Amino acid sequence: MKHDKTFKFITIGIIWLWLAIFAVAPNGLVFLTSLLQQGDNELVRLQLTLNSYFDLFNTSYLKIFLHSLGLAGCCTLVCIIVGYPFAFIIARSTSRYKGFLLFLVIIPFWTSSLIRSYAIVAMLKTKGILNSLLLSLGLIDQPLHLLYSSTAVMIGLVYSLLPFMILPLYANIEKLDMRLIDAARDLGANKRTVLLKIILPLTWPGIIAGSMLVFLPAMSMFYIPDLLGGAKSVLLGNLIQNQFLTARNWPMGSAVSVMLTLLMGLMLMLYWHSTKRNKDAQDLL
Amino acid sequence: MSNNLIEIRGVSKHFPDHPVLHNINLEIRNGEFLTLLGPSGCGKTTLLRLISGFEEPSSGAIYLDGKDIAGIPPHQRHVNTVFQSYALFPHMDVFDNVAFGLRCKGIAKDEVEQRVHEVLRMVKLDTFLRRKPHQLSGGQQQRVAIARAVINKPLVLLLDEPLSSLDYRLRKTMQIELKQLQKQLGITFIFVTHDQEEALSMSDRVVVMHDGEIQQIGTPRQVYEEPDNLQVAKFIGEVNIFETKVLAADDKQLQVEIEGKLFTLKNRRKYKAEQTLYTLVRPEDLQVWSPSEVNDTETMFSAVVEEVIYKGCTVDLMLRLMSGKRLAATQFFNEDDEKLDFLLGEAVWVHWIPGWEVILPHEA
Repeated sequence: MKHDKTFKFITIGIIWLWLAIFAVAPNGLVFLTSLLQQGDNELVRLQLTLNSYFDLFNTSYLKIFLHSLGLAGCCTLVCIIVGYPFAFIIARSTSRYKGFLLFLVIIPFWTSSLIRSYAIVAMLKTKGILNSLLLSLGLIDQPLHLLYSSTAVMIGLVYSLLPFMILPLYANIEKLDMRLIDAARDLGANKRTVLLKIILPLTWPGIIAGSMLVFLPAMSMFYIPDLLGGAKSVLLGNLIQNQFLTARNWPMGSAVSVMLTLLMGLMLMLYWHSTKRNKDAQDLL
Repeated sequence: MSNNLIEIRGVSKHFPDHPVLHNINLEIRNGEFLTLLGPSGCGKTTLLRLISGFEEPSSGAIYLDGKDIAGIPPHQRHVNTVFQSYALFPHMDVFDNVAFGLRCKGIAKDEVEQRVHEVLRMVKLDTFLRRKPHQLSGGQQQRVAIARAVINKPLVLLLDEPLSSLDYRLRKTMQIELKQLQKQLGITFIFVTHDQEEALSMSDRVVVMHDGEIQQIGTPRQVYEEPDNLQVAKFIGEVNIFETKVLAADDKQLQVEIEGKLFTLKNRRKYKAEQTLYTLVRPEDLQVWSPSEVNDTETMFSAVVEEVIYKGCTVDLMLRLMSGKRLAATQFFNEDDEKLDFLLGEAVWVHWIPGWEVILPHEA
């Protein structure tokens, strides 16, 4: 028994220490920096102020904020629409290739997502693979200008984040008791009623979990808008990167980071709340 | 039209890897409590799913209320099911679960409310409206499942081993409640179980199934006391089986030899001489005597007590005959036979009252 306790203590202790040094401390520093002033010669001037936060309400920043929210929201929606039927079919499949099909979803993780984003550039650019293909098939007369647009950013985000939608949905749908669907049909429910009243409510936790995993990174991923959207598409992630590396305004960059963290915290709280509400349902699943 | 609510004619069902049902013919009368009884894998649940529409027969036809129901999906059949694990919707409370069927049919809110209350009163759950299924006990969940099905006033209620996950006492209570409910509602019940005691105590008629075939259809009394074949006899209750040689036979009587003793038995099924038969005797029909209690041992077997199991109202004995054959005998406490405290290894005499046996032909 005592052995067991020591083992638990050490295991948890190591992780705590690790997170304290490499997560809590840096976040604390970011928060502190956000309260300081931009310096002319030094990185920051050691003078407490809330100026950076007031500056956040500048319309151009608010625009970026809304644009990011909108893009991340659209990306999440597309992921749900594409991912849900896919996850459902694989989870309910009795085929012996079921495991393999799911494995295919995970394979892209074997390559760095940055490199895969470059691959998308090669696909989408004016003389890229997609345009060549469409031209040679005679479907278009002139190459499409896909790269450096919101569409390209969307394609990149959905491509990178889709597995994060599919995996939680898969886990959730696989636990869904098929007998409940039988029961609903037995009681006179048509397909639409079964979907709306039984399947969707019971897989709601999976939809929420997947949405969190897609929405939050979509807000802050900076290299995908950078590579695929060019200068036209500045998202929160790019804003932070610019403030630190280009504008050299560390307090401002930190303030944006803190806002983003708060936003994510808020969403995680909403998520937690919704799972708590759905716990009754999950208990029985 | 006859008063058959369901007619199953020559129905077979094959799944890709194996056949499940062979040529099932069954008529189900309006208002009866019919039980499909058989070991797991005998096809009884598949037969139920054919009626509810979750499966379609590979061949043959099913008529419900005179109409062929082939191709009609489950949600359009006037049949409801109580599922084995209840399959209550976990995200809905009791009221919404029970109201589900009526809402699917688009029935007005007032009527839904009134009928839900009515049916919940009937199953004594009218104070649990807002509970979620996981806040209910097994027996209460069971009642919700029944209420959810009967509220739709189905022509037939299908029950797929609905009591199997309840403990013994609750199962007994629910058996009685179900039977009462069936009488009260007048709905035809088709009840699937592998528990023969349940089948015998609840049903008007029992359909004994084995390996996808119907072995016997009859009242509980018929299938227990006059089994059509060994399969039925072995599945329903315990039975002692004696290999029997027929020495002589006429229209009325059989002269037979069992375990080296000669018996004269009634020839109910027109058996002929030289045939090998099986004589079946239920444990409760065997009587066990101490040597001091008997005089005439001509139609008795000599045996040794191997095991004594005291069960309160009965004493179950395991006996071994001279030939090595083991017999099960159940002894009741009564005035005639007060001495039931048999000892292990004790020598005894066993016999049964002639006429209580069942004689079946030898099966290949």
